[in-house]
Amino acid sequence: MRQSGYTIWLLTLSLAAATFGAIVYATGMGHIAVPGGDILRVIAARVTSNPALLAGIDPVIPFVVFDVRLPRILTATLVGGGLAMSGVIYQGILLNPLADPYTLGVSSGAAFGAALALVANLSLMGHFSVPLFAFSGAALTLLVVLYLSSFNGQISANTLILSGVIVGAILAAGISFLKYLADEQVAVIIFWLMGSFASRTWLDVGVVTVALLCGLGLSFFYARDLNILSLGNRSADTLGVESTRVRWILLLGASLVTAVCVSVSGIIGFIGLIVPHLMRFLVGPDNRKLLPVSILAGALLLLVADTVTRAVLPVEVPIGVLTALIGGPFFCVIFRRRQRRAI
Amino acid sequence: MTIASGFGLTGVSFAYGETQALAELDITLQPGRFYGIVGPNGCGKTTFLDLLTGSKSPDQGSVFFENQPVADYRRRDLARMVALVPQDFGIDFAFTVQEVVLMGRHPHIGRFASPAAEDWRQVDAAMAAIGISHFKDRFVNELSGGEKQRVVVARALAQQTPYLLFDEATSSLDVQYTMQIFNVAKRLVHEEGRTVIAVIHNLNLAAAYCDELIFMQKGKVAVSGPTDTVLNPAMIKKVFGVESRVTFDDFSNTQQISFRYWS
Repeated sequence: MRQSGYTIWLLTLSLAAATFGAIVYATGMGHIAVPGGDILRVIAARVTSNPALLAGIDPVIPFVVFDVRLPRILTATLVGGGLAMSGVIYQGILLNPLADPYTLGVSSGAAFGAALALVANLSLMGHFSVPLFAFSGAALTLLVVLYLSSFNGQISANTLILSGVIVGAILAAGISFLKYLADEQVAVIIFWLMGSFASRTWLDVGVVTVALLCGLGLSFFYARDLNILSLGNRSADTLGVESTRVRWILLLGASLVTAVCVSVSGIIGFIGLIVPHLMRFLVGPDNRKLLPVSILAGALLLLVADTVTRAVLPVEVPIGVLTALIGGPFFCVIFRRRQRRAI
Repeated sequence: MTIASGFGLTGVSFAYGETQALAELDITLQPGRFYGIVGPNGCGKTTFLDLLTGSKSPDQGSVFFENQPVADYRRRDLARMVALVPQDFGIDFAFTVQEVVLMGRHPHIGRFASPAAEDWRQVDAAMAAIGISHFKDRFVNELSGGEKQRVVVARALAQQTPYLLFDEATSSLDVQYTMQIFNVAKRLVHEEGRTVIAVIHNLNLAAAYCDELIFMQKGKVAVSGPTDTVLNPAMIKKVFGVESRVTFDDFSNTQQISFRYWS
């Protein structure tokens, strides 16, 4: 199963190429079909501000491509990459291949924040109220979980997971209560919780890009330390890793990336769990190889899923539901197969 | 306090919450010796090692290494001087044996550098010394407990440090591999002048290999000194509360202890 160094390079490159190809192809799909060549011309015309390139293209096409489809497609791609990256980091730090970006309750916090904004009908910040509340909810939850699980500046994997579960359970009750209070507004909350990339803007693309770049920088800088952390605290300490500091930095980084992803797209499960898990199966646990491959695969997978729900299915299924419906059973199959192999 | 080199602990106390693990510990560990730390379960042996590696900091007192407080060292610098074979070595990820041993070179390799020829040479030598080269491509999470333990010992050897700390490094090994590892350690001490500090439960093993013994009891050093002078029935009775006899055994060519198992 495990591939050699050369094959891993090839895999990384082909995933990158496939993601780029999928972005172009997906942009052409939808109510109005746009050929691939026209898409590249529209993009080139915008980037070089040369309207001559648009000759012979229906004037509505640049608008559809550039202002409607690309922001949504790029947001989905970036969020997919971000969730997969956080998944790799969480699994590495919590020493648990079954952890995911939501293990520490970041998603519940975001959901609570968003639900609060929706119920109170807060519109003081217009379009941004819900994402901002979601992000604040996620960040606050993270602080509470870290406070609960740290002792003398040390944090252990088990207490983190436990604190995440407890805080998540409290927030779930809070969300139920908000839904109860919401009356006819409840549909809006439920819809937000299921995740969606509909009507994303370039601002969303920008915010997720910045978060992802920060996360990328941190995770690549500490990728080898993250490998060593999987040997346990005492070993990592004596191998020259500032394990407490590295753990804090990576946890905060991954959680903030997750919080940003959740605040622009709602809660999309399974990408952050399955992608790192599957990719580890192919390239092994070395985070220097695992991170790039997982980020690309997560990006590709979420883009494909969003395109399926946007342009292939007759009705738009919420993206979070789709990833869970496809990812869940798929995960059960690999999980079962691995169990059988281990026995 | 200053000592030429080695470790020096003065008035060191450490507590886990309310539970006192070490109380007012004073001891000096000289380089070039094979130290054995013995004592009943829960007497603070592992905590003692953690203080030497800087993994824990004392509540009171100070731990010096080569004339500097351990706390003043950068982790990476200390990791080039002191290696630890820990008691717990569970790994849930499918790294290969060779990858884990290569992790021992971590403090010697720059952040974005690849392992140099010298790193690979040390990895191969460490695996050969412990006799695990033939399964270097197997995944560590699929090994038996004893095999894992030998991988972790090889990792510490690859680290090429003047000081080696063993925390019950042979607890899940059979007699053959136990002797193999201690023979390697003994050779490092006597031929290369390195220092080994080992927590050992088996008193006969400690008697056979250690130049110096440190008896610990309830977070304090009960006695320490050359093995020949401190290993006696009275001390074993005091620390472990069991009856024993210490005699020179000419087959093993060392002091050995026999116990009165039941009466």
